[in-house]
Amino acid sequence: MLEAQIHVTLKKSVLDPQGDTVKSALATLGFPAVQDCRVGKFLVLRLSERDHAKATSQVDEMCRRLLANPVIEDYVFQIREVPE
Amino acid sequence: MKFGVLVFPGTWSHQDFAHVFQDVLKVDWDYVWHKDRSVAGYDCLILPGGFAHGDYLRCGAIARFSPVMDAVIQFAREGGPVMGSCNGFQILCEAGLLPGALLRNDSLQYRCRWVHIRTENTETPFTRGVRKGQVLKLPISHGEGRYHADPETIARLRANDQVIFRYSTPDGTITDEANPNGALESIAGICNEGRNVLGLMPHPERASEALLGSEDGRLLFESVLSTALRR
Repeated sequence: MLEAQIHVTLKKSVLDPQGDTVKSALATLGFPAVQDCRVGKFLVLRLSERDHAKATSQVDEMCRRLLANPVIEDYVFQIREVPE
Repeated sequence: MKFGVLVFPGTWSHQDFAHVFQDVLKVDWDYVWHKDRSVAGYDCLILPGGFAHGDYLRCGAIARFSPVMDAVIQFAREGGPVMGSCNGFQILCEAGLLPGALLRNDSLQYRCRWVHIRTENTETPFTRGVRKGQVLKLPISHGEGRYHADPETIARLRANDQVIFRYSTPDGTITDEANPNGALESIAGICNEGRNVLGLMPHPERASEALLGSEDGRLLFESVLSTALRR
């Protein structure tokens, strides 16, 4: 069985106040090394499709049409084989 | 003239619109359930505020694929007047009927309070009865109202006079303090290129009676009614 792991994040050009707040909280905790923080979404899909190439094109279409909003978000995904 | 008030699972402001249409304006209206596939018989469609489909994934992202939306998009393409307030604005953006998107408030806090918005342009069916520059007092109630679009889209909105409302002080000055959510260019409401689709974050339906603290919202409904009568 194939599994898609999808990361959706705000585009670099979009202000992420949540990420900024997490960054300043980490600085308060004693982690000043954190230069930037972006908060995003992580989705895991289990697919009945067995063909890697077909799964890739389907997941890409899912991202474009629903899972990410191209106006504000970028996405990346990986597809891997997992046990049934 | 009959208003159709769309109801998705999680919509919460439809009864406020219904009250204004039924008891204040005394005009014909009905609810349109999100699984309906036709909007025949309606002259104006309203997408109310709330949390359609729980706002899961993104505000409006799931609602955009509700069965009724194909008919809404068709109605809008044919020039029918459509207004989305709050969550309705977010749905219209997700559906591609309006450009841009609405993001988490820059304060990260839900904002529920009165705001003032300055009318930047009156050339929509909902604002013909409002004076250009007129400041309206309306309530907001949202966590994700920060309007965002890329610079090219913002330039196009400006060039076409598609920015209809900006957050302002009571005397109509645009300041950062008067902007409740960090919206780009203090944008509170925009229209499409055809000017028949209006989206705004504030709630005109909650400010249509003096008893509630403002009657300014009623101007938008009276505008669309008088536009219809002139046709």
